[in-house]
Amino acid sequence: MAGLELLSDQGYRLDGRKATELRKVQARMGVFAQADGSAYLEQGNTKALAVVYGPHEMRGSRSRTLHDRAVINCQYSMATFSTAERKRRPHGDRKSTEMSLHLKQTFEAAVMTQLYPRSQIDIYVKILQSDGGNYSVCVNAATLAVIDAGIPMRDYVCACTVGFVDETPLADLCFAEESGGVSSLALALLPRGGQIALLQMDARLHQDHLETLIEAAMTACKGVSKVLDEVVRQHLQERSVLSGE
Amino acid sequence: MAADMRLPTIRKTVSLTVSSHDRKDLVVPGDVITSDTGFMRGHGTYVDDDKLTASVAGEVQRVDKLICVRPLKTRYNGEVGDVVVGRITEVQQKRWKVETNSRLDSVLLLSSVNLPGGELRRRSAEDELTMREYLQEGDLISAEVQSVFSDGALSLHTRSLKYGKLGQGVLVQLSPSLIKRQKTHFHNLPCGASVILGNNGFVWLYPTPGQQEEEAGGFYTSLEPVSLSDREVISRLRNCLLALAAHKVLLYDTSVLYCYESSLQHQVKDILKPEVMEEIVMLTQQKLLEQEG
Repeated sequence: MAGLELLSDQGYRLDGRKATELRKVQARMGVFAQADGSAYLEQGNTKALAVVYGPHEMRGSRSRTLHDRAVINCQYSMATFSTAERKRRPHGDRKSTEMSLHLKQTFEAAVMTQLYPRSQIDIYVKILQSDGGNYSVCVNAATLAVIDAGIPMRDYVCACTVGFVDETPLADLCFAEESGGVSSLALALLPRGGQIALLQMDARLHQDHLETLIEAAMTACKGVSKVLDEVVRQHLQERSVLSGE
Repeated sequence: MAADMRLPTIRKTVSLTVSSHDRKDLVVPGDVITSDTGFMRGHGTYVDDDKLTASVAGEVQRVDKLICVRPLKTRYNGEVGDVVVGRITEVQQKRWKVETNSRLDSVLLLSSVNLPGGELRRRSAEDELTMREYLQEGDLISAEVQSVFSDGALSLHTRSLKYGKLGQGVLVQLSPSLIKRQKTHFHNLPCGASVILGNNGFVWLYPTPGQQEEEAGGFYTSLEPVSLSDREVISRLRNCLLALAAHKVLLYDTSVLYCYESSLQHQVKDILKPEVMEEIVMLTQQKLLEQEG
């Protein structure tokens, strides 16, 4: 790779982070009154809004109704102004459809859908500003929204992307690193049990390195889960103080 | 027209007192509540490796050996006898589907409504064909929960003259947990309007009707123009309800009425301004406290 040095000799990355350091995560729950659950999450410069409706009666195609559990319906979209180059279609293109499917798989692993037969849970996520790790930010935001909606989950779902540069795993890639040709891996984890909800890797990587990369991704996810946990507990306390008056 | 615009204000940080901090009864999904196997698993929990674990974020409630977690915010969980306000979404064979903010749409059977022509009327095949004349998609109704199915869906009935189709009025959708359970949920407020506080969080405000139309069986809707003063009272009540809901005050006839009285010195549209809202709700809470003590 010419020009861009993703990891300096001193062990710092492009944005001055250490290899295992996450970006700053800030989040808020219950941002909309109309939806059943909603959350806003910033991870560095990537910003996402997640909204949850449901569980409610199946709308649209009745034929998809499942008699033993709820159907999870995800829609991922990116605001037209979210990227450096203006997007033509906010949703519905191949990339977003794929992302919606991944989100659906992730949340089917975590949400206890068997409690709500014949119903539907809608999860809508929108990226407001994109700076790498869109999938993981969406998962983290949607987790908060699902918790806000009071829908039972086995555990938090936390996601993180990791890349592999100079024999070192880099946690939570930003856009510059993602586009710099790093072989990256996205992982969604149920942190307490250590179960993997989704693992995705599109790049080439030597088999020997895979384990260290997954290991690093799991550590990063656990880091994210700590932050989310704090946000949820803070929100709970604020709300219970308000309603306790 | 003068418009009132303002910049977003900084959210008030709720002061967390020491006693409320680190409350043990607040859990988040995945928290182990107890590893003692002697307890029963209630709503909002699941068993993982013999450990009772929370699946929602909320407050732990324990009744003898039963442990539940009550989330802060959920959809409406119906109970038999609840008064609900809902909207017809579908007309099917012998039944209507009603949206009641529940997990599944509720069912209103043709056999559990009062058809025009008295209680003892037989239901014929013709009635099935003319169901849409009584209630069609989009109509609002008030009803009572008759039973709860095993999958959580509700079966409603309107076999009383107080239930039935709703005519002219305003629907306010609030959180179900804000509605206080009471003997009656129909109130004719002395300020000149009536209110139905549905247990499902749907509140219906309407002008107090003159005399009951017995024959119509609850399907009669008056299309008479509503007077300006009535409409003003209803809009004021609506804004009062929103103010009370924003400050998480339980809703019942007294609290709504006190709030209405406290708001009289302001214009109807001003009630929704945050500072006015706060003032009115404070006054209401004071009055409620005085009345209690």
